[in-house]
Parts: sequence; C-alpha cells; structure tokens
Amino acid sequence: MSIVRKPFAITLDVGSSRANHTGAWRTERPVYVHNLPPCNNACPAGENIQQWLYHAEEGSASPPGGQPPGPPDTGGYEAAWRQIMEDNPFPAIMGRVCYRPCETACNRAQLDSAVGINSVERFLGDEALRQGWQVPVAAAPTGRRVLVVGAGPSGLSAAYHLTRLGHQVTIKDAGAEPGGMMRYGIPKYRLPRDILDAEVHRILDMGVTLELNAKVTDILTEMSEAAGGHGEAESGFDAAFVAVGAHIGRRAYIPAGDSARIMDAVTMLHSMEDGSPPLLGRRVAVYGGGNTAMDAARTARRLGASEAVVVYRRTRERMPAHDSEVEEALEEGIQMRWLSTVAHADEGKLLIEKMKLDDTGFPQPTGEFEELEADCLVLALGQNADLSVLEGVPGVTFSDNVVEVGPDLMTGYPGIFAGGDMVPAERTVTVAIGHGKKAARHIDAWLRGGAYAAPAKHDLAASEKLNTWYYADAPATVRPRLEAARRVTTFDEVTGGLDESTALFEARRCMSCGNCFGCDNCYGVCPDNAILKLADGEYEVDYDYCKGCGLCATECPCGAIDMQPEPT
Amino acid sequence: MLKQLEGSRAVAEAVAMCRPQVICAYPITPQTHIVEALSAMVKTGDLEAEFLNVESEFAAMSVAIGASAAGARAYTATASQGLLYMSEAVYNAAGLGLPIVMTVANRAIGAPINIWNDHSDSMSQRDAGWLQLFAETNQEALDLHIQAFRIAEELSIPVMVCMDGFLLTHASERVDIPEPGQVDAFLPRYEPRQVLDPDDPVSIGAMVGPEAFTEVRYLAFERMRQSLGVIESAAADFAKTFKRDSGGLVRPYLTDDAEIIVIALGSVLGTVKDTVDDLRADGMKVGVLGITTFRPFPAEAVREALGVKPRHVIVLERALAPGTGGIVTADIRMALAGRLAPRISTVIAGLGGRAVTRKSLRGLLEQDDLDPLTFLDLDTRLVDRELQRMRAARRSGPSPENILRDLGITASGIG
Amino acid sequence: MPYQRIKFYQTGSFAVGNRLLDENQRSVQSTAGRSNALTCGHRACQGCGEALGARYALDAVHTATNGKMIAVNATGCLEVFSTPFPETSWQIAWLHSLFGNAPAVASGVAAALKAMGRTDIRVVGQGGDGGTVDIGFACLSGMFERNDDVLYICYDNQAYMNTGVQRSGATPPAARTATTQAVGREPGNRFGQGKSAPLIAMAHEIPYVATATVADLRDLEYKATRAMDFRGARYLHILVPCPLGWGSAPADTVKVARLATESGLFPVFEAETGEVVSSTPIRHRVPVTEYLRIQARYAHLFRPKERTDVIEKIQAAADRNIRRFGLLPEDLSAERAESLAPATVTSPERR
Repeated sequence: MSIVRKPFAITLDVGSSRANHTGAWRTERPVYVHNLPPCNNACPAGENIQQWLYHAEEGSASPPGGQPPGPPDTGGYEAAWRQIMEDNPFPAIMGRVCYRPCETACNRAQLDSAVGINSVERFLGDEALRQGWQVPVAAAPTGRRVLVVGAGPSGLSAAYHLTRLGHQVTIKDAGAEPGGMMRYGIPKYRLPRDILDAEVHRILDMGVTLELNAKVTDILTEMSEAAGGHGEAESGFDAAFVAVGAHIGRRAYIPAGDSARIMDAVTMLHSMEDGSPPLLGRRVAVYGGGNTAMDAARTARRLGASEAVVVYRRTRERMPAHDSEVEEALEEGIQMRWLSTVAHADEGKLLIEKMKLDDTGFPQPTGEFEELEADCLVLALGQNADLSVLEGVPGVTFSDNVVEVGPDLMTGYPGIFAGGDMVPAERTVTVAIGHGKKAARHIDAWLRGGAYAAPAKHDLAASEKLNTWYYADAPATVRPRLEAARRVTTFDEVTGGLDESTALFEARRCMSCGNCFGCDNCYGVCPDNAILKLADGEYEVDYDYCKGCGLCATECPCGAIDMQPEPT
Repeated sequence: MLKQLEGSRAVAEAVAMCRPQVICAYPITPQTHIVEALSAMVKTGDLEAEFLNVESEFAAMSVAIGASAAGARAYTATASQGLLYMSEAVYNAAGLGLPIVMTVANRAIGAPINIWNDHSDSMSQRDAGWLQLFAETNQEALDLHIQAFRIAEELSIPVMVCMDGFLLTHASERVDIPEPGQVDAFLPRYEPRQVLDPDDPVSIGAMVGPEAFTEVRYLAFERMRQSLGVIESAAADFAKTFKRDSGGLVRPYLTDDAEIIVIALGSVLGTVKDTVDDLRADGMKVGVLGITTFRPFPAEAVREALGVKPRHVIVLERALAPGTGGIVTADIRMALAGRLAPRISTVIAGLGGRAVTRKSLRGLLEQDDLDPLTFLDLDTRLVDRELQRMRAARRSGPSPENILRDLGITASGIG
Repeated sequence: MPYQRIKFYQTGSFAVGNRLLDENQRSVQSTAGRSNALTCGHRACQGCGEALGARYALDAVHTATNGKMIAVNATGCLEVFSTPFPETSWQIAWLHSLFGNAPAVASGVAAALKAMGRTDIRVVGQGGDGGTVDIGFACLSGMFERNDDVLYICYDNQAYMNTGVQRSGATPPAARTATTQAVGREPGNRFGQGKSAPLIAMAHEIPYVATATVADLRDLEYKATRAMDFRGARYLHILVPCPLGWGSAPADTVKVARLATESGLFPVFEAETGEVVSSTPIRHRVPVTEYLRIQARYAHLFRPKERTDVIEKIQAAADRNIRRFGLLPEDLSAERAESLAPATVTSPERR
C-alpha cells in the first residue's frame, strides 16, 4: 500500500505540516522560570522549602492510607530530609519550636489554609531520627580550625556547616550541656529533650569537638592558645564564630517589699534543666508579653500553680509573643491582664496600675490601681547578652547591648564572626540557625582568602501568578493536640506530630509556587504540540512551532512560565 | 441465462453479480425498483453487502464516498431531483477520484415536477467529472453496469450509467443474465488507488490553492481522455467474455453511405432505427449514430463514424439548454470543427416523457427545410394562448397550471 | 457510570498530569509518547480551542482503539487549518469530503469496514457547530437514526468561524457575530433561537451522548474513551472557545471554557439511550457576568452602559441549566451526589 502513488495534491502524507514553522508567528515567547517561593523567601534559615516538599510528596514506595503511590524506590522522605539538611541541621527541633514565618507567607493561605510546612518538617526530622539517617562530610579536610563559642542553635548550626565544608570545629560552651536556649529557654513540653539531644549529637558525631563548662572570657587568647600560635596548621584557631546568646534576664526596677518574691523568667526556666525547679506558690504572676513570659506562665502551671496570670502593659495585638504561644497559653487557662503594669510587689500580692494606649500606641498610666493576689512575680522583660567575651577586642563595636556585625556577620576584628541573639536581629531559634549557616559560608570564604557572594535572588513567586483552579479543595490537617486538662499536669509534648499519611497529605498541598512540579499542564494545553516532554517534570518549548499564545503560562498552576517579549 | 425481466430488475441482478460491498439508496421514481430488489437480496443474504437506507440523495452519495474511500466497492442509484440534490457530492466524488458506480434512471427535472423520462438530469451533471454511459436497451443497461465497475476502478473515476426512466426501467424485456462466475472473471477485486488505512495513514481531501489547482484539474482532464481507450478495451473484453456487443463509445447503424444521419442517446435509438429502416425501404439514404459514451465525449469516434458523406446531421436531444438550445449538438459541432461540416439541426424531443413516435420522426426526416432548432410535436396553440395571457395581464398566473387547464386536465372555471 | 476523579490535594484532579501518578492512571495527554493525532505546524490561530479539543479527543480515541481509527472531517476551521496543500498536520487516516456530509461519509466508512470484516477499525466523524447543527443536520440525524457505528464529535465554537464569524444555529443569544452585529435595538444574536445538539442527539436515543470542554481534559478523555465502549451512534459535543470569534485573549481559551461551565451556561453531562446518567458538578459557581466580561463578542452588554435586562436573561438560562442537569452538588439527590463525589484513588475505567 505504501508504494501506491497518491493522487496529486488531493491526498497528503501524514505530518507534512511540520515543514511549516509556525514559531515565526510569535511576538512573545514562554520561558520556564524558577521564582522564589514566599516560604523560601520567609525562612530565616534559608531552607529550600518548596524543594523539600517536592521530594516529600513522593513519599515512600508504598504509602499507607490509599494515597496514590509515588514513583517507586525514590525514598522521597529521605531526599526531602537531605534537602533540609543542606540548610538546617535541626528539622525535628524546627518542627516543634519554629514560629513558621513560612506558613505566614504561604500562598495557599489565600486558597484555603497555609500548608502545614512545619508539621511536615517535624515528620521528616522525626523520620530521620527513626531511620538513623546521617549526613556525610564529602569535602576534603582543609586543615583549618574554627572556634565556635556557644553551643546554642547558632553555634551548632555554624559548626555543622563548617564541618561539611571540611573545616575542623571546636565548640566551647559555658554550660553543662549543649543546646543553649533550646534547652534552657524552651520548656520540655515544647521540645522533648530526647529529640534535642539526638539532633545535637548528630552534629557532634560528624567530628565536632565539644567542650562543656568551658566559658570563654578572652577570645583572642583562646584563638591563639595551644602550641604554635595563630596561623600554624593544626594549632590555634584560624577564625572564630561567637554566639553566646542573650540569656541574662533584664531587670526593671520594681518597688517591692522585703518579702516579695521576685525572680526572672530566664533563671526560672534554666533551673528546670538542672534538676532544681523553683517553688513558685499557688498563684504566679508573670510580668512581660514575650514568648518567655508565655513559657514561664505555662511552666508555672505545670509546677503546680493553680493560677498563672500574665501581666502586660499593652494589648494582645501588641504582644511580642507569637500568637500560637498565646493561643496555647490561653487554652491552658493562663489568664491575661492586658494594659497593666506592676506598680508595687508585696508578699502575696501585687499592686497593678491600669494603662491606656495613647495615639501613638504607647501605654500611658491611668492612675487606676487594683490588687492582684500573687505568691510570686516572675519577670520576663527581655534578655541581655553577655558580651564580655568580645570586650576589648580591637575593632569590635557594640550598640544597644548587641555586637555590631557586617552583612557577612563579621565583627570589626577580621576573622571573628558573631551571630544569634547577640547580634542585631529578630531573636528566634530559626534566625539563629540561619546566622550559623550564613556565618559558616562567610568564614569559609574568608579562610580561602576571598568573600562569599550570595547568588542574586530570583523574582518572588507572587500569588497573582498562580492558577489555583488546579489545586483540589483540601484544607490543612490539624495537628493533634493534647487536651488542655491533661496538658497542664505534665511536661509531655503538647502538640503531636502528623503520621505518615497526614504528612504526605500536607506535603502534597504545597502549590510549588514559582517552580515546576511536573503537572504536565503546559505539555497538554498547547494547541500546537509545541512543548516537548523530555521526562517527568522536564519540559522544553519547541520554539520552531510555538505561536506564543500564552496558554501554557496562564494554565501553569504554579506560575513557573513567564511570557517574555520575543527577541528581535 | 435468458429471462424476461423488468429493466430495473435486470440491472439489480447485474449489480449484485458485481459484488458491491456498500449499497446506499434513497427512493426516487423511477429508480426505486432497482434498489428495492437489491435490498431484498441483501436481506436474504443472497448478496453479502451493507445496505443503508439513507435520509437523502446527498447522504447517499456521501455514504458512497466514505465507503469507497475506505476501500469498498460502492453503488447507488438516483434520478432527476435526487441527482441535483446530491450534485455537490457528485462533483466531490469525481474530484477525490473515487470509483463509485451510480445508475441514473433518467427523468425530467422540475419545476414543474415531472416523473417521466428525459435526459435533463444526466445532462446537468455532464461537467462533474464522471463518466457518463447511456444504455439503449435493458440488455445494454445491465451490461454497462458490469463494465462500469471495471472501468471506474481501473481509472479511479466514478461512472454514471444512464438508462431511460420508465422506458427502460419499467419495461419488461428479454435479457441475457450472465452466469455466475462470468462476472467474477471479468471484474477483478477492487484495488484502491488511495485508501483510508490506519496502518498507513494519509490525509485525503486537502485544500488546494491557486498554486496547484490547475494541475489537479488538468490531471482529471487527462485521465478522462485516457478513459476513452479504457472504455473501448472494456467493451472489447466484454464481447469476448459474454459473446455480445455492449457499450463502447459509439454505435453506428447504416451510416456508411448515409446522406442524413440522426444522432441520439438512449432508448429512443430503437424508434429511430425503426424509422430509418422504413425510410431506407423507401430509398432514403439515412443512418443513425448512437452515442453510448457521452462523457468523455468521443469526438474522434464520432468524426470517424460520421465520415465525410452526410450533408445533414440531425441531433435528437431529450434535454434542453434554455438560452441556447441543444446540448449534445454543441459537442458534435466541436467534434466537427475545422472540417467541412455538414448542416447540423437540433431537434428537442421527448421532454418530460412525451413519446417520440415513428410517425413524427418520419415527418421530421422527410422535411427538408428543418430549422436549426426544432421542438418536435410542439403544440403551438397551447403555447400561443399562454403567451397571449402573459401579454394581457401582469398576474397571469403559473404557466404550467394554465396550460394544464387549457388541456382540460385540471378543473377549469377559474380565471 | 460517571467519571471518577483521582483526588490529589496539590493537583492531579484537575491538571493534565502528575509525576506522582502511576503510568496507568495518567491522562493520554500527559504521556510523552502520545499519538498527537493533530501535530504541529497547523495554521490555527494562537490559542485555538478547536485544535486543542481535536487533539484531546482524537488522541484519547487513538489510545482506546490502539490506533485503529479513521477520521472523517467536515469543511471548516479544523479541516482548513490542518490540510492546506502541501501540508497536513494529521497523523491518522483522515478524509474530508464536504461541509454538510461528514456524518454520512462516516456512515459510509463504517459500512465499508463492516462489509470488509474490519469492525476492529473504528470511525470518528467530526465537524464544527455549523457543519453539525445546520448544514450537516440531516446527515447527522440520519446517522443517529440508523444507529450507524460512528462516534460523531462536534467542536462547538458557536459560529461559522472559518468563513469570518457568522451566526450559526449554535450561536448563543446576545452574542455578536458578523451576521448578528452589535447594533440596533437588539444587538447581537436574537433570543428565542438556537438548538441544543446534545438534547437532539438524546432524543434519537442513541447509545451515548456527552458534552465536554477543553477546560477539563480528564473528563473529556474519559468521555471519548467511554464512547468507544459502545457500538452504534454516539455523539460528543465539545465546547471549544475561539479567541478570534469570541474576542477573548488567546491565553484565556481554557479559562473561558472553564467559566462557561462554572457559570452553568454550558452543562457538562453524559446520557445513555436518551437519559442523563451523570453530570459534572460546578466546583465554584460564578455569575454569568464573569464569563461574559472577558469576551468582546459580549462587550456591547457592558458598554456604553450595562444591559442588565439582557444579562438577566442569560443568567436565567444558566440557572435553568443548573436546575435541569443538577449541576450544583447540593441540588443533587443524596444518591447521585455520592456517585458524583470525588473518590479517593480510583482512576477512570479504561477498556
């Protein structure tokens, strides 16, 4: 049949239209882009959240619960976890204590509710601990030694990243155990100690030396100590990262009687860890509106106080405490006295003055007073850093109880870097971890004689660029929470985690803003077959035939295609 | 085997022997008996084919187009109004080169509606690109169908077999029906030039613009020209297989020494030959040239058959080209162009089924001063009265009804 | 039985594909080696809904028939932009005859295949709305009435687009076309005219009738595939927006089709032997104005002043469709609602 001569012009051979390159019609062309998802953009630790959720979506080879299985044997969870570990060594901890700016920024909130990124991170962190996954050190040893002062989140994070870059790290911490504020500031019911220990030790097991009960008072001496002095290989330290935190409770002057019991929240929380919890009495008042105040109040209840009242000079909206902390505190029966200051503390009672916000939002005394029964007043008025480790170091400057650093986190003294609560920044564990990573990169570059230049940021993946039609209706899974009554009597973890099917569900709610996740829409929706599918999730525009209609860009659910003017 | 059969029935049996695979039909007088007979044969299983009762003639030709393009032997039949209704598809079939065979049971075209025989229907499609073969007798009608399938499939051109409605279709004559196997020997399996085959796909029916349209049409023209030879060899082969003369391009009768030759198509040739026999007996040197293949027009065969002797050629036409006159005449004139041509007269006869009698024909042939264009047996009285009516009043009414009333056929008393 | 959606919370229920799906759960369009019955290089306008719909439907049929298919096309946009000599963008066996006879020609092809003992090869007839509801109507009805083994697909862009956007029997009321211009007291197409080809097809009680749009690929593929489960006459009516004729942006073609269904103006349903057996519920209902506003063929309803009187009539038609076909989940009886609700993991049945 194929030898048959076809009637001229009336009958044509199939596919001969490919000779017609309709690409010549274009005035604009589709281009695949990678835009910065708002979650990535918001994460202080710089995690590539979109990417690890992408991996997590693939699940394990046979997920439970009737979910469609992912491609076999990809070990999506492990790949996801490793992606997190590129930036943040503490996913299990993050999943419990991070305030999730990623979720606040999540575009999905505009559709139904934000993706439970934090819950998924926690699941992955816990899974890694269950499976014993480790991060190998692939880089060749550089022979450089870096001193890290402070075994809190910032220092540990820096140690982790520096070790991965091939450097030899020693951490010196004044305390009896590593962890910093993660141990001494955040109560057990928010962060179980076994999780904390496991993630900390995972870093130490990579070859990091930890010296506890080793307070550093003079950093320059520390750096040059050991035989040989500064600069010789295998002795001394070639650079330092200082992250001692801010663990001194601020004291305000409060008029008090002799028998008034006043203590500061930081000390109180610290004492929970060394085995000698304080006796607070039946009614406890906590003065302050931050996260520490919430932790103090909730801890007080668990220590047996029947009443815990938070006294704060402004309103709930103005409280620096994270909303989820306030929520959990209220659920536990913590009472709140807004617009109140402590005028006088006496044995068994406090004199409270009512405040009123003026036009600028600043609280003003009203002259109205009331009494509040309280056996103990806990001050949670903020924390100061102990900057003595850097005092006297030439070039290092301070302001406002923090040490000044450049955009590379280096102090005024070349080779000494600082981060965490002791530098100007928002004071959270996640920010501190982010500093650790950033400092490690800059230290690494400095040690090699250069400077680290972060790559330019991509455009933000704004929600306007999404086509949310394609995401099925699915509000977030709510994490299970212990009932309030049970909560206040134990230090068991309050918020539970997701199991695998719910974690998978949450991960798959991610819209992958600004980054292709292989939905095949562009490949399918082109009326001209002008998009080639090279593999799952890999596409190429066939510019020979693309007419530039823009359907692919419009129907891309995650806004990963831009229409750009056709180059002339 | 000899049988006494109605023409339609004979054609049906011949068509059935050709093993068509798809038969589609819409009823219209006077073709109905053909397709009725075929439908019964299919229903009993005597004929293995798909028979579709379609919703119009347009659908009939369309179904045949689809069937033929898919590689099946396809057949349909129509007449008159039906042929016009399918006209778009008739042209389409020829343009696509699909070897469909269709019987046209020649019938007049309305308005006014008329179910009786003349050639106006086939003539209206003469430029559609189909081969047009005209049967003189019922025997030739059935024979031509057998030849038609073979010719069509060899050339990839559709073929119209024209047979006079009622005069042939409904006339019972003795015919020789071929033996089983004779047709199979003569007509091989259909091997398409192009076919819809999922294993070897092509696109059939592309749009062709100015850059190639002329060439496509030229090729169609050229294939038509080649078909003359194919028709002749088919007829020769047929004669060998079936032992009788049927088909071919032209059929001359007593033309060798004729001074007057009458040219005609179809069943009227019988009456003409009878008349010529009578006149020959009276010493008149008259002959007849029957045109069997009208499209393509067999100009050379006509020239040869006419020779140089005749001084008068009378073209007897059963169709009218309003505004000009004869249709076949024009082709005759063109065939004889450039030679010393005899006098040519056109006689329009037998429109709408009016009988062409030996008496009228004789009178015609004996007339020496024939006008270039004559209407045989025209009732001038009727015509004059209508013309007068039309001159007298603007709203003179519908002419057919007026004339019928004059003839006393419809109720009079009005107007 | 109705289409069962695969529920993916990220995507997959509504997108063309998903890398997380098993091979056998994927849409035909998402596979890398899809047949591309209509391939590139054709001359359709940018963003042509018909080109998209044709490829969607025919690739699905191609898969369902293992490539054993023949297509018969009426004259119109699809035929003209796909086969200008010397190029054809068809990769399947394809025949074009005339404007009004595609259903009849398809019947002929089917009859021939049956006569030749090749009923394994399936026949698709296709044409635009003009060729289907107007000039091809008699042939369509004849094919239905005889129950010939043909799947006829109508690509409805609601006017004679190929000849310059003239009104057809499928042009909706108030729409501007070249022969129902937006001038005079009653601008655009008249109310009280037009015909519903799907309902007429149902009146013939043929085995299977369905409507679909280019905005819901999985549903369209399901219906094209389901249609091939039956023998006899089947009809698929696909809404395919025409950016040129409708005055919408080329990039909006899918969106416009989506709004047509979400407003209720184009009901998506399936019928067997003359009875509706399933309808696709509206996900997020919108007022008809959202649909009308993005098409210049309705611009005269908004400028110089908003013609609320006309818009109300259009909205009433949408409301009627919603009621008639049960397009809102809450309107459905409990049993039907349950059968239409997205199931968790089942994929559309395939032959």
